[in-house]
Amino acid sequence: MGEVYVITSGKGGVGKTTTTANIGAALAMEGKKVVLLDADIGLRNLDVVLGLENRIVYDLIDVTEGTCRLKQALVRDKRFDGLYLLPAAQTRDKTAVSPKQMQDLCNELKEQFDYILIDCPAGIEQGFKNAVAGADKAIVVTIPEVSAVRDADRIIGLLASNGLPYPQLIINRLRIDMVKRGDMMNIDDTIDILGIDLLGVVPDDESIVVSTNKGEPVVADDNSLASKAFRNIAKRIEGAMVPIMDLETDNSLVDKLKRLFGIGKK
Amino acid sequence: MFDFFKFFGKDESSSKNIAKERLKLVLIHDRANVSPKFLDMIKGDIMKVISDYMEFDSDEIDIRITRVQNEDSDYSSALIANIPIKKMKKIGKNPG
Repeated sequence: MGEVYVITSGKGGVGKTTTTANIGAALAMEGKKVVLLDADIGLRNLDVVLGLENRIVYDLIDVTEGTCRLKQALVRDKRFDGLYLLPAAQTRDKTAVSPKQMQDLCNELKEQFDYILIDCPAGIEQGFKNAVAGADKAIVVTIPEVSAVRDADRIIGLLASNGLPYPQLIINRLRIDMVKRGDMMNIDDTIDILGIDLLGVVPDDESIVVSTNKGEPVVADDNSLASKAFRNIAKRIEGAMVPIMDLETDNSLVDKLKRLFGIGKK
Repeated sequence: MFDFFKFFGKDESSSKNIAKERLKLVLIHDRANVSPKFLDMIKGDIMKVISDYMEFDSDEIDIRITRVQNEDSDYSSALIANIPIKKMKKIGKNPG
């Protein structure tokens, strides 16, 4: 029996879709059977981020309306063994599916997959309610900026009232240089404000843009920091104790000396 | 030594601290759906009750509704009042 995770944030543009794609690919690399479900009906993007946009025949609404069987709508990712996409419909809107239908769909998927990751649309309306309806667990993605953290806090409250009281946090796009200058909230600041458990921290990384341009999850690239962060998150989801990458400490003696004399980065 | 580094490394007026303070304030109201007026009313009543027992600076009183972690690592909302005491009144020490 699989587990259903909803990946949500409240605010748009903080990296829900990229996070969903990369955690999914990383779990598949660990040998799990994973389906990524795009719940952003009318504004689908998980397909392009994964580079599977040309392989879609049927979508989620075709399944719920009975136009096709579930199996026909699943797009298999040939690069990652065990990774599948259930795309959203692009020409419909959020009212085309109900929370009950999403629940039923999740229950059906649970029988075939180890992990079902739902990419939740931004906002707190019908799309959010649909996306969380069938979820067992929730992951909240935020970036260390006031608007995103505020919306994340709101979403944490709404998840609790939808039966998901213990969401886990991913801090995305952390700029280590800015944190060191004191111009960006750090990991502790963000956890302190939101008061939920930390699942992972993903540093801001140009390789995300490059890999998304190409339609390849960044976890396939061994070298980038973001890639490592997503693979660590996948391991934590599987229950492994992987420490959070140390991104903030100045390890070099030169940096320490510079700060000692007050001439370093503030 | 740690504080010494901190002195150079961090500044109370750094933009992240401003962000954090602003967020804390806005979230109090978001979370509790409470108006500043409501908190002022609570503050006024608390001051009325404790002023018989101690002296304090009313501008220093910090009252907020926030999310706290319990011993069993559950989270819940709590009304936190931080009231720095200037001086205890005699009556507080020896009632009657």
